Amino acid sequence: MKILVAVKQVAALDEDFEIGSDGRDVDPDFLIRDLNEWDDFSLEEAVKIKEASGDPVEVIAVSVGPEEVDESLRKCLAKGADRALRVWDEAVRGSDPIAIARILAAVAKRETPDMLFAGVQSSDQSFASTGIATAGLLGWPHGAVVANLRYAPGAKTAVFRRELEGGLLHEVEIQVPAVLTIQAGINTPRYASLRSIKQAAAKPIEVLGLSDLAVDAATVGEAGSLSRVRRMYIPEKGRAQLIEGSPAEQAARLAAIIREFKGEAA
Amino acid sequence: MSGLLIIAEQRRGELRPVSLELVGAAQSLRRDGEQVAVAVLGQDPGRFAAALSVAGVDEIVTVKVPSQEFDPDTFAAAVGALIDARRPDVVLVAHSVDSFGYAAALAAARGLGFATDVFKVERIDGELVATRGGYGQKVSVELDFPGRSTVLLALRANMFKPPEAGAAPKVTAFEAPAAASRSVGKEFVELSAADDVDMTAAEFILTIGRGIGEEAKVPQFRELADAVGATLGCSRPIADAGWLPKSRQVGQSGKTASSCKLYIAMGVSGAIQHLAGMKHVPNIIAVNSDAEASIFTVATYGIVGDIFEIAEELRSLF
Repeated sequence: MKILVAVKQVAALDEDFEIGSDGRDVDPDFLIRDLNEWDDFSLEEAVKIKEASGDPVEVIAVSVGPEEVDESLRKCLAKGADRALRVWDEAVRGSDPIAIARILAAVAKRETPDMLFAGVQSSDQSFASTGIATAGLLGWPHGAVVANLRYAPGAKTAVFRRELEGGLLHEVEIQVPAVLTIQAGINTPRYASLRSIKQAAAKPIEVLGLSDLAVDAATVGEAGSLSRVRRMYIPEKGRAQLIEGSPAEQAARLAAIIREFKGEAA
Repeated sequence: MSGLLIIAEQRRGELRPVSLELVGAAQSLRRDGEQVAVAVLGQDPGRFAAALSVAGVDEIVTVKVPSQEFDPDTFAAAVGALIDARRPDVVLVAHSVDSFGYAAALAAARGLGFATDVFKVERIDGELVATRGGYGQKVSVELDFPGRSTVLLALRANMFKPPEAGAAPKVTAFEAPAAASRSVGKEFVELSAADDVDMTAAEFILTIGRGIGEEAKVPQFRELADAVGATLGCSRPIADAGWLPKSRQVGQSGKTASSCKLYIAMGVSGAIQHLAGMKHVPNIIAVNSDAEASIFTVATYGIVGDIFEIAEELRSLF
């Protein structure tokens, strides 16, 4: 039994970031990289299923990106993934989530997992599309925003609850293999122990190129994307009027606003 | 390729308000002579026709499907068939949990131009341009769709004005192909109320976010909220960690602060999902150590500082 977990190394912005000279992305010098928050939950969900299963289950973390992505994959290995795969080719640069999904679908065809998990969305670009697009390309059943999952490896179906707007859940039974996008909060991701971090550092990360997966380079990158970045810009700053002063002065102003709201004399 | 196709959203017998916002958004994209059609799917889709009869809609397309509630395979097949039959140049859906479940699969399988969480749509020199946020909403990104004859856009809720005037569009039934559904929707489950707080009724809310750092800090903010007379709320990470019950979470997947008049956010960065539940509040005060936090973009007043210091000083005044 196998569970494939698709993860992304996301980028947060340094405080004083700048847009690059082509005006279409942030200058990479200002990017701080880390494993996507949602993917921490989907990896944990896979590892939990593995630990609860009587049959052997292999958890494979896969990511698309250059060498620096190994750092996030090592994190996955330290938190319980059995294997890590990284796919890269310079032709992949400029891919939108759908082009990335073409690669993930090819990896799924090669690995033939029983389940494919992805995070609901990435914390940087927030398309909420990669996992479900992968399902569409594979022709697999799919469910999005899974906040609770009951699945035993080997079972023909899984039951999950998708988290709707406004505090409502919808229970769904789905055929397996399936692609599920996992919502933050579904579990409590573990911390990696020092020992497991050391062990992960020694584990190999398998690196694949597009030809290993029989993916045509013309179907990824900008050419294989369903949208193109025309321009990126820093939007106008918000309108909050800043309350200045010492903490005591700031708190006094805040207290006055509260008293005014409550109709009390300041 | 011409015309706009909107996919309305309904759940448990109610049309979701975002459906009409999509109609509003379509007006700025419509070119001379172009028709706007709104499709609605369900076991008895005609029941939604009256609610969808608003200005800017030329046609309501009812699509009878076996499942009353959202089902990803049914929706992908029916919307795909509608696109084949109508050849619209733009398809608008809501950026919602339902569309998360099928829009990307449909776009990928059919090679449609595609973007999600779009908050601005326009035509620039005749080309469709969609704007969305990037890097945690710190930048805006304009996307275009070269060579795509049909573009599917998922639009963010509460960004486009719904039409107010009524209209009498024609109603057409569309025969959807039978789809083999590989999942079965079962019951809806309301979030169990771990305490009896009703965030939607609270007029004064003090919300804590990730900035509080650790669970041990929750009691002092609970006490502060009590002292100033506010209802204590939280952002998603606090509820996910189990530090406060989910019933106190404000935001898209939590509760909307619908009656709130004064909202104090402490240590809340202002993820777009949180803003969705509170940005309409007339008086918002944000306290955060990060001057760049998104919460300041919706706040009336902002305090850049240490939330613990401010909390302590504030407590001493009540």
